[in-house]
Amino acid sequence: MKKLARFLRTNPRIAIGAALLCGMLLFWLVGTITIGTSRAVPLSGPPDQPPSARYLLGTDSAGRQLLPVLIAGIPLTLEIGLLAGGVGLLIGTLLGFSAGYFGGSVDSIIRTTADVILPIPALAVLVVIASTIHTLLSVEIMALVIASLAWMYPTRTIRAQVLSLRNRAFVEVGRFSGETHVDIIFRELMPNLLPYLAASFVGAVGAGILAGIGLEALGLGPQDKPTLGMTIFWAIYYGATLRGMWWWWGPPIVVLILVFMSLFLIAQGLDRYANPRLRRTA
Amino acid sequence: MSAAYVVRRVLLFFVVVWAATTLIFFLPKMAPGRNPVVERIGMMVATGGVNTANIQAMVDAYEQKFGLNKPLWQQYITYLGDLTRLDFGYSLMLYPTKVIDVILISMPWTIGLLTVSTVIAFTLGTLLGGLMAWPKAPQAIHYLLPPLFMFSVVPYYLFGLILVYILAFQIRIFPMGGSSQYGTVANLSPAFIVDVVYHSILPSLSIILASLGFWALGMRAMMVGIAGEDFMLFADAKGLKGKRIFLGYAMRNALLPQTTTLALSLGTILSGALLVEVVFNYAGMGAVLFRAVSSFDYFTIYGVVFFIIVGVAFTTLVLDLVYPLLDPRIRYSKG
Repeated sequence: MKKLARFLRTNPRIAIGAALLCGMLLFWLVGTITIGTSRAVPLSGPPDQPPSARYLLGTDSAGRQLLPVLIAGIPLTLEIGLLAGGVGLLIGTLLGFSAGYFGGSVDSIIRTTADVILPIPALAVLVVIASTIHTLLSVEIMALVIASLAWMYPTRTIRAQVLSLRNRAFVEVGRFSGETHVDIIFRELMPNLLPYLAASFVGAVGAGILAGIGLEALGLGPQDKPTLGMTIFWAIYYGATLRGMWWWWGPPIVVLILVFMSLFLIAQGLDRYANPRLRRTA
Repeated sequence: MSAAYVVRRVLLFFVVVWAATTLIFFLPKMAPGRNPVVERIGMMVATGGVNTANIQAMVDAYEQKFGLNKPLWQQYITYLGDLTRLDFGYSLMLYPTKVIDVILISMPWTIGLLTVSTVIAFTLGTLLGGLMAWPKAPQAIHYLLPPLFMFSVVPYYLFGLILVYILAFQIRIFPMGGSSQYGTVANLSPAFIVDVVYHSILPSLSIILASLGFWALGMRAMMVGIAGEDFMLFADAKGLKGKRIFLGYAMRNALLPQTTTLALSLGTILSGALLVEVVFNYAGMGAVLFRAVSSFDYFTIYGVVFFIIVGVAFTTLVLDLVYPLLDPRIRYSKG
């Protein structure tokens, strides 16, 4: 506990970011217990109501109550990010480790593939996939679709990290003392890369959420789920800005800004922790 | 810059475009289910409201080209052939307009909005970032950091929603959307140009404000790193003026990684800008894509997506070719 407190004090970025994230989870937890999400569905109130004592964040044009919608949306949106970022990073780590560790033709195939796909604007490809399977789009499938184009950057950076580690003395020692490749990767290389992987993971989660709400803003999201992105899509679709219904799109935007800010701070903090040379730019 | 480098770089451009178009051809085919295009056209015929004979002709043409009876590789060859001729077929929502015509009308709007906003944001952000890391800069500039950081994490289009609400709905000084006065025909009269600029202020402002922080933060980090270099100390010891050191020594060197970042972020910038167009109902390709997606007009979706891919790849190519000219240290010769 004391160690954690000291860690947070010496890494203020991580502390602020984690505090923001915890605050949001607390809001979700308290909201789920006290208010619940059962009224996040259409026709649970009169349409187009501004915030009032009865409908705390008002209602939308379909009569959803927007406070329950917000409470239900937070975990769904985080889920898209966690799943997309997690799977993307997992693929990236596997490929990056294989390329960096084994080198040779494995390396050139993986590196070339990643280099060719990386400059392709992901959203463009995602739009094509998502519009083809739009009837099947659930939170999970959407996350996997996003993950399918989220592995190139991690692959490249992790490969570079592994390359810089694989010929260090401690790896050689491991090799000469008869450790297998799997041993070396998991017991020698992985522990050294953990802070780095953690930073990449947080960054990947943010990128996953960003790609998710980008698709959702085009209407390519789970139609029946009140994710933050879908709420914003419906608000645009029903012209909420033109009608001054700030309570419809405002709260999800505020939550998204807080999510992005906290993830950015945590990723930057972890980056600094993993790479002390960056601390100079504080 | 050697000729071999240029050739290699141009080749890479074609490989990237080919890889992307191949991805968008095969990935949807891996999805379970039948052919969504045929389903969509069938639905249009069922709901009526369109000239059934025309639609039937379209279905026949499509079936002949991409019919399920054809092997996949043959469909793929036809598809690549069509792309090289920029033939995307007819728009399903605007039949009998061809997809390429819909895109060609909307493209100048996107290019205009995007180029102007990105150039302003990049220049201003880079300059601000440089000044933020400069000890002799006015103190006031440091107060810009927190708001710029906050703006930079917000996707452009969400920023746009907030701006529309404040500056167009509450204080009615800007139009709520559109790219010119409704009902006017595009021409080159001064009145029309003023109108277009007036309509584009809010969309470009949301792109500029939201991306300013990104460039400023990147530049600031780079400048702090350069401040510790020996050549900076040397320039100072030589007694050079502050302005000269700032522009010629610090900025000049920090600008190069900034250009690399620009090339790498083009895809993200363009995607963000397309969604800004959706929010503002701007006449560009983003709004076309939005309408195409909501009516599942696959031909138009493919067309717009193809142009996005080519646009990003081409701009990256140009930046990569310009880069060695900016940096005298890079010669790209083998060895």
